[in-house]
Amino acid sequence: MSRRFMPLAATLAVLIAGTLFCALQFPNFASTRVLGNLLTDNAFVGIAAVGMTFVILSGGIDLSVGSVIAFTTVFLAVAIEQLGIPPFLAFALVLAIAGLFGAAMGALIHWFRLPPFIVTLAGMFLARGASFLLTTDSIPVNHPLYGELGDVAIRMAGGGRLSLVAMVMLAVFAAGMVLAHLTRFGANVYAIGGNRVSAELMGVPIARTTVGIYMLSSTLAGLAGIVFSLYTSAGYSLAATGVELDTIAAVVIGGTLLTGGQGYVFGTFIGILIQGLIQTYITFDGTLSSWWTKIAVGVLLFAFIVLQRVLILGWSARPATVARV
Amino acid sequence: MPMPAGLTPSRSLPQIAALVVVLLANWMVFPDFFQVRLQDGRLFGSVIDVLNRGAPVALLALGMTLVIATRGVDLSVGAVMAIAGATAATLTASGHGLGVVVPAALGVGLVCGLWNGLLVAVLEIQPIVATLILMVAGRGIAQLITEGQIVTFVSPALAAIGSGSLLAVPMPVVICLGMLLLTALLVRGTALGLMIEATGLNRLASFYSGVDTRAVGILVYVWCGLCAAVAGLIVTADIRGADANNAGLWLELDAILAVVVGGTSLFGGRFSLVLSVVGALIIQAMNTGILLSGLKPEFNLIVKALVVLAVLLLQSPALGMPRLRLPVVRARRTRP
Repeated sequence: MSRRFMPLAATLAVLIAGTLFCALQFPNFASTRVLGNLLTDNAFVGIAAVGMTFVILSGGIDLSVGSVIAFTTVFLAVAIEQLGIPPFLAFALVLAIAGLFGAAMGALIHWFRLPPFIVTLAGMFLARGASFLLTTDSIPVNHPLYGELGDVAIRMAGGGRLSLVAMVMLAVFAAGMVLAHLTRFGANVYAIGGNRVSAELMGVPIARTTVGIYMLSSTLAGLAGIVFSLYTSAGYSLAATGVELDTIAAVVIGGTLLTGGQGYVFGTFIGILIQGLIQTYITFDGTLSSWWTKIAVGVLLFAFIVLQRVLILGWSARPATVARV
Repeated sequence: MPMPAGLTPSRSLPQIAALVVVLLANWMVFPDFFQVRLQDGRLFGSVIDVLNRGAPVALLALGMTLVIATRGVDLSVGAVMAIAGATAATLTASGHGLGVVVPAALGVGLVCGLWNGLLVAVLEIQPIVATLILMVAGRGIAQLITEGQIVTFVSPALAAIGSGSLLAVPMPVVICLGMLLLTALLVRGTALGLMIEATGLNRLASFYSGVDTRAVGILVYVWCGLCAAVAGLIVTADIRGADANNAGLWLELDAILAVVVGGTSLFGGRFSLVLSVVGALIIQAMNTGILLSGLKPEFNLIVKALVVLAVLLLQSPALGMPRLRLPVVRARRTRP
């Protein structure tokens, strides 16, 4: 087997082993109901994680996604409930705002050569602060469309429901795979992540691609916010704290190299499923506290990062010098 | 002894000026701002409040300065604060005295720092990611220690660390000053500071010129963990309890902000401990000012974000500011 697929294979093995373990312990575990709930509950994290995959593939990081999700939910609640804007217009508006926000961060990162983590950290403050300014209350959304969209679902064999938000997530993952592997933009992202200087010398449009990557990440965070708004039917400025870490964890567990240039959108999907599996196991068990999720995700993160290091060291003849290149 | 590399007048001017401007702005919106009174043997007043509340972030900023100077970052300091606080509160609640509680809490911080240092310096994992692990898992570990409860305790001895005073100065300020002196002595009294700057500027070149870059890397994270543990101890002592979910939440960002505002470059190399503390005070003075002026506290985050962006643009390599590198060159010449 090619070494390129090693992290992905390891992730898949963990998912399969975990599912078998859970299924043996709890007879009701392997059902489409559990699967449907798992996909619905993690839909917004999954959508944001697709954007994060592109950012990390390019060698960057985006810490602002959680705040953008919170801003989106608050914006939608204020726009729909207090200003009476039709929901679909509000959706379009908030996606445009999120897109512009991401483009601005990308522009700062590219033209001012600032480290992505600190620019997106400022973006995280800004988006969270903007949602605080709109309102600090939790505003329920009672628009009839929210109820109708909530009822849209495909019945699966065995009684499970594939809800609309889960379908949106699956569609975003499919689109992300096409974008990453079958388009010029995707190839450019891999090239920049692999070696920025070589990519530039080969004529990859660095500026356009960098701005595009962060625009994509923020737009998808906006979409994740719309999904979160549909899922909770409310807007709250403290919502979705720490989602940036969940998405980064999903991308890393999914086998994408943190140094950029290597990884798969499909791996991120597996990463999301593994996190969902851990949560579901803890729910089924009933005696474990929810903070075990954090520890388990931390342990998995550590294991996969070390696996990546070992693989990279294996590829390189000069272990002490590669990390600096 | 030559002038510390970070404290030449031209370098520290912007930060000092910024602090003065923020303090004057506070004074304009709140004329009593500079009033300090002595009550029950302890100083009270808005300025003292800024110092007192700024102490935990200033402590975090001390460790973070060294880490950032090696071109790293430590995202786990908030979680380490929570772990140290949980350790201290749980041990105190089960009847142990200060002689056990303080070393245990600080020891936990050292172990956390050692873990980060090993990941970054030995396994050569990117700092953001290496410290992300403890940031994610750390709060879970803190919950494990407190068994998911908010542990409260009654211990005048421990509470004194948070709300007591020494010679009328609040204890957190005294501790923070002590740590500043200790850290300054450690890095500027020896060649360590120079090695940290060298490692941050060019790790490979430093390694080939005989600097043990691995040991330097481990040490800065260990020190950062220790500073975080001290900050966690102060916060726990202040609220007389440990809240594993909220202790130190988002403080890693404030600490990074303080270091950046203090003028330490995110691209490694030069650093100044004093200016990082000044940076922490600027942030706290802004927070206090926003509260005093009657503006909604919601403006806090927006103001912070704009400050980060402004400072970053000033530091941007694209805007080409050659003087940014000068202090390091000077430091090398004065120390053969």
